[in-house]
Amino acid sequence: MKLLVKGGRLIDPASGLDRIGDLAIAAGRVVALGEVSRDFTPERTINASGQVVAPGLVDLAARLREPGYEHEGMLESELAAAAAGGVTSLVCLPDTDPPLDEPGLVEMLKFRARKLSRCRLFPLGALTRGLAGETLTEMAELTEAGCVGFSQADAPMVNTLTLQRALQYAATFGFTVWLRPQDAWLGGGVAASGAVATRLGLSGVPVAAETVALHTLFELVRSTGARVHLCRLSSAAGVELLRQAKAEGLPVTADVSINSLHLTDVDVGFFNAAMRVTPPLRQQRDRDALQAALVDGTIDALVSDHTPVSSDEKTLPFGEATPGATGLELLLGLALSWGQQRKLTLAQTLARITSEPVRVLGAAIGPLASSAGRLVVGGVADVCIFEPEVRWAVRADALVSQGKHTPFAFDISGFELAGRVQTTLVAGGLAFERSAA
Amino acid sequence: MFSRRNPQLNRHGELIHLLSIEGLPKAVLTQILDTAGTFLSVNDRDVKKVPLLRGKSVFNLFFENSTRTRTTFEIAAKRLSADVINLDIARSSTAKGESLLDTIANLSAMHADMFVVRHGESGAPYLIAQHCAPHVHVINAGDGRHAHPTQALLDMYTIRHFKGDFASLRVAIVGDIVHSRVARSDIHALTTLGVAEIRAVGPKTLVPADLAPMGVRVCHDMADGIRDADVIIMLRLQNERMSGAMLPSAGEFFKHFGLTADKLALAHPEAIVMHPGPINRGVEIDSTVADGVHSVILPQVTFGIAVRMAVMSTIAGNEA
Repeated sequence: MKLLVKGGRLIDPASGLDRIGDLAIAAGRVVALGEVSRDFTPERTINASGQVVAPGLVDLAARLREPGYEHEGMLESELAAAAAGGVTSLVCLPDTDPPLDEPGLVEMLKFRARKLSRCRLFPLGALTRGLAGETLTEMAELTEAGCVGFSQADAPMVNTLTLQRALQYAATFGFTVWLRPQDAWLGGGVAASGAVATRLGLSGVPVAAETVALHTLFELVRSTGARVHLCRLSSAAGVELLRQAKAEGLPVTADVSINSLHLTDVDVGFFNAAMRVTPPLRQQRDRDALQAALVDGTIDALVSDHTPVSSDEKTLPFGEATPGATGLELLLGLALSWGQQRKLTLAQTLARITSEPVRVLGAAIGPLASSAGRLVVGGVADVCIFEPEVRWAVRADALVSQGKHTPFAFDISGFELAGRVQTTLVAGGLAFERSAA
Repeated sequence: MFSRRNPQLNRHGELIHLLSIEGLPKAVLTQILDTAGTFLSVNDRDVKKVPLLRGKSVFNLFFENSTRTRTTFEIAAKRLSADVINLDIARSSTAKGESLLDTIANLSAMHADMFVVRHGESGAPYLIAQHCAPHVHVINAGDGRHAHPTQALLDMYTIRHFKGDFASLRVAIVGDIVHSRVARSDIHALTTLGVAEIRAVGPKTLVPADLAPMGVRVCHDMADGIRDADVIIMLRLQNERMSGAMLPSAGEFFKHFGLTADKLALAHPEAIVMHPGPINRGVEIDSTVADGVHSVILPQVTFGIAVRMAVMSTIAGNEA
């Protein structure tokens, strides 16, 4: 289909392009950017005046809960949620049931996602069989099936020797290992250690759970040469270690979740289970350090850490509630809030959810690496069109995702988000279009 | 923003649930202590009943076993003429069996007026208070490590009874503070009532530095902690913590942090010794001290009934 997006504010974060203009799409690709020839005859024209036309968002962490947890979210609803959030590529975690440790499972997931054509899906394979932390998976086979990296999700990797071997093996083929730095023994609590957890009588996860794991990982990266993506940093001390590791030239990248970027343990309030997330919300200086690190690029990408959790699993005492929050539909708004607080340009803000996550993925996504997360002539037409000024309140019943629980729900936190997605295009096709209210 | 509002107070600032001492105004605490004083005489009468809760149903909902606390609540409710229903619900995993809120919904359908809840998870009574019918009142009888507000109130009653004014008092709380809901509630009550100093005494595994923001001085030396103290609150050391990674042995704990007559001599000569019970003789407290002239452990139990009557009658009289 030939499509013309007319009169929008075109932003390509990677090149710094930020101008009013038109965008022409044909056969799934961008054919003109800025000025469009009069010869171009679109089958459809989208009026984007007053709106931002940006690359589709790239989310490096979302759980789609399939296979295994279909009652909490299904591929269909969650990919629709992604499209509604302007997300055109997402990386899903292997902690399904069964875990993504067999090429057949990965192929099936990729196949089903392609058929839905809402969003590109890039699965992470399980690093170890059953995520048990004992036996390596067939990483090369899984990569052929479509995995873009290997991860333990939130399952612990207790045995350091197995971890070392996993990194060595992955490094043999140049695969990236995605790990959330958390020491298994220190990480057993339900809230971040500190005055709030102590006062509420909740078991704590100390900062050392993160820093001990980071020290171990950096040592193993030095000795194995493996490329590691650090998932969901949560502490100021962790950020500092990451900064040193990058200065040293270690092949590491990192992300932070929308939750840790905006919230602190004080938000737990009176045991609000919506605030039960992994990693746990830490203190204000941690949040400030995470925000600053995302500005200066120490942290490469912002992720939704989308985790649909059913109401039954959330209306429990805080310590028994399942951790996690819905996030795909909030990623853009929460990125923009951060960018405004930090006085960034729109291009700088959007880079953390478009071009930078694609840089993290690198060659693992093949030829897409050159144009996903970007707006370039000849590149794939994955596009997010949004109204930058519209403020909206997050209401559970208005979310597309089956996960209705979020700390940012208006009735919990009074949050209002700026920036509302109007249209999402994946490979030039309409993946989402907001119906006129 | 509903998550920030103190859910135990109505919009007039009156107590509708008792979930925690934290955030309660001094006047609310003092009023409960004053009311308890009037009930103490009821307990000395031949007919130990007043009709304040006549026709009301109080459900004792114990997800964690406790004979003693449940019994004192039962006695308190009966002396207020309430109907008491005891439910000992072995804490079941949430994956199987009835969920906590389903249990509450079922009991609410039986026209409960008040739930007295003990639960192993910190915050569970908050969840119940948020989800039960507006006319139902919830009393926290101990949740995880978080709070045990009626114990704190009876401790305050005991201190006031024996010591009078709070302003000049130095209070030492000794033992396993990190796992203690009693300690947390006592600390909130003591800071609200305005004592001169609160010391949290014990080894670093049981008394973390994170406690300081609650308004206590953290002491890792027993002599330093109890010197010149007017009130010493000894905490029970749970069996499972007596040996392992928290402490090497009960014996070593007793040697360094157990209260003996020798150590008690460092405290103020008129000091009182308290304990929420049940006591471990020879683990946290020596028998000569537990049974000695400074001990007020048994009066605590007596006051506990009057204090629980005061709490029940207070919240039953306030509307959501």
